[in-house]
Amino acid sequence: MALKTAVSQDERVRQISWFNRLLSRPEFGALAGAILVFVMFSVFAWDSASNSSGFLGWRAVITWLQFSAEIGIIGIGATLLMIGGEFDLSVGSIIGMTSLIVLAPIVLYGWAPWQAILLTLAVAVLLGWINGTLVNSTGLPSFIVTLAFLYIYRGLTLVVTRALTGGATRVDIQALVGQKGIVDVPQAREFIRSDWLAQMFSGEIWGSPKLVQLLGNIGLIPITERRVLDPETGQRIAQNLPIIDGFPVALGWWIILTIVAIIILQRTQLGNWIFGTGGHAESARNMGVPTNRVKVILFIGTSVFATILSLLQVFETGSSEVLRGQLKEFEAIIVAVIGGTLLTGGYGSVAGAFWGALIYGMIARGTEIVRWMPNDWFRIFLGVGLLAAVLFNTYIRKRATEAK
Amino acid sequence: MTTPLIELKDIVKTFGSVIALNGVSTSVDKGQVLCLLGDNGAGKSTLIKTLSGVHIPTKGEILIEGKPVTFRSPRDAQRYGIATVHQHLSIQPLMSVSRNFFMGQEPTSGQNWLGPLNLLRKDFADKTAAEEMAKMGIDIRDPNQIVGTMSGGERQVLAIARAIYFGAKVLILDEPTAALGVKQAGVVLKYIAQVKAKGLAVVFITHNVHHAYPVADKFTILKRGQSYGTFMKEDVSREDVLAMMAGKEELDELEAELEEFARADGARVDGKASALEAAAAAERALAQNLHAESESLKKGP
Repeated sequence: MALKTAVSQDERVRQISWFNRLLSRPEFGALAGAILVFVMFSVFAWDSASNSSGFLGWRAVITWLQFSAEIGIIGIGATLLMIGGEFDLSVGSIIGMTSLIVLAPIVLYGWAPWQAILLTLAVAVLLGWINGTLVNSTGLPSFIVTLAFLYIYRGLTLVVTRALTGGATRVDIQALVGQKGIVDVPQAREFIRSDWLAQMFSGEIWGSPKLVQLLGNIGLIPITERRVLDPETGQRIAQNLPIIDGFPVALGWWIILTIVAIIILQRTQLGNWIFGTGGHAESARNMGVPTNRVKVILFIGTSVFATILSLLQVFETGSSEVLRGQLKEFEAIIVAVIGGTLLTGGYGSVAGAFWGALIYGMIARGTEIVRWMPNDWFRIFLGVGLLAAVLFNTYIRKRATEAK
Repeated sequence: MTTPLIELKDIVKTFGSVIALNGVSTSVDKGQVLCLLGDNGAGKSTLIKTLSGVHIPTKGEILIEGKPVTFRSPRDAQRYGIATVHQHLSIQPLMSVSRNFFMGQEPTSGQNWLGPLNLLRKDFADKTAAEEMAKMGIDIRDPNQIVGTMSGGERQVLAIARAIYFGAKVLILDEPTAALGVKQAGVVLKYIAQVKAKGLAVVFITHNVHHAYPVADKFTILKRGQSYGTFMKEDVSREDVLAMMAGKEELDELEAELEEFARADGARVDGKASALEAAAAAERALAQNLHAESESLKKGP
């Protein structure tokens, strides 16, 4: 019996345990890191006096989840592009630019929100196409091309905003007051929220307020006395309500886009082409992969993902600013790298970026909740985390390609 | 005489003022191995790139089964059944065997409107990749194994198996043995013979006559962008091929030079040997003297 197994098994193959298999997946490091950070903050930021305000309190959870979601959305785009072997440093400027493109027509020219949103998404596709086509046609590193566009797009946004507003650097929903019978800012918000398309980028996930109410009723979510606006009298009145309103719509976008991106990358032909384009573009081309088209699609992807984040922020804050989105391009790359994606392309994971974004959100908001740990520290944490992630990834890649 | 499967007629390729190929003609038939031999810079790579659709020839014709064709891209050439296994391999080291096997020609669920967003048929891909590799005599343990973990010979075989699976009629192998050890090179040569037995035409590019001679049926020798001639194996010996490839005169010159080196080396060795002998003789004499001395001492008073 022993002899038989010895014969049927190649002596060069080591039995790989499930743990080693897990270890050689690109997203493993980020998942382990997310668990570590979660446990750390749960211990340090546990506020026993009032559970509701600690790291695990509902409000805090929603806060760091929303922060993670926003970074996570652009992290998906950056991850896919980086697996395809390129970078996009213009993400932050695209966020600033599209925030203007969506809000200016609504408040200055009386467009319906859905019209402005469709225009913005079309512009996002155009911006991505410009990035991708220029990278392809010049043959320059995307790092340089998109660095140039970081400045160009930001500068354009500033020039155009100043021209449209007569010198201001922001456009505000307040400008709607006085138009279309709108008398105050809450009404202006209501006007935008009632638009069928704008709904998808503002407030809570559809149905989640009811779910939260239900969970509150059966005691899973604490109920507190909250002051709310009475729609009839316009007065603020006290009411017993669940401590949160629902789950922010950004969370829904993040999860859905992550799932879609995982399916595209792991299970579709395009996914195979993305890995091939980033791994070794020339050999992918030799095998008939349209690598230039793949790159343009990926640049359009980062631009559209950045624009989705921009829309979420515009409808949440009710304003657009010239400087919005600064440094977001690097945050997106950090999330991708922590998630196990190689800077050199050809290897990586969208699931990893999901955990990376969660780590980012927990550290950024967790340091606010731990009182003895000033929030100023969070960049140090992130920098160290980034370095650790890169070292870990290098080690994992070596394991994956050599140590079998 | 039957029309060859693929024929090149007076191919000229220039890059600006550089003439890379100057009127090269050759042909290859089904079940035949054509060896393109030539030193570095002879124009082998340019000829191959022309044949595989990377370069468009400046002048000349490519005929497939007697019909003239124009390749505007590698894809065009692939459509005519010309598959190229490149020197740097068309392989993704960080991807799995089955993903590499189907790179660019993935099996999908085939909904037209989805385009490249079609789902991969992963089970089929895994199964087929393992089967095709097994046909070539390589038992891959796991189709999801990353190619970076495979040996150089195994990677070559993956590329060859893939080309055969996708219906190649002509297999172009660009220096497939260049980076391999003796044993691995032998493995690849064996697969070339196997491919030939399947009835494919093989164009095998190398500068190593010892790898070329055992598997080739026909040799085309390139020198400085020109064809030195095409010979059937029965007409030439290994030494002839080597002589033609390097150039008879050049080779004779080289041989003479080497002999000169050898003589110089030999003389040095002779000198050394005599010095050693002399030393040994001196030592022997010394020993004898000592022996005699000790004997006389023993005899002593």
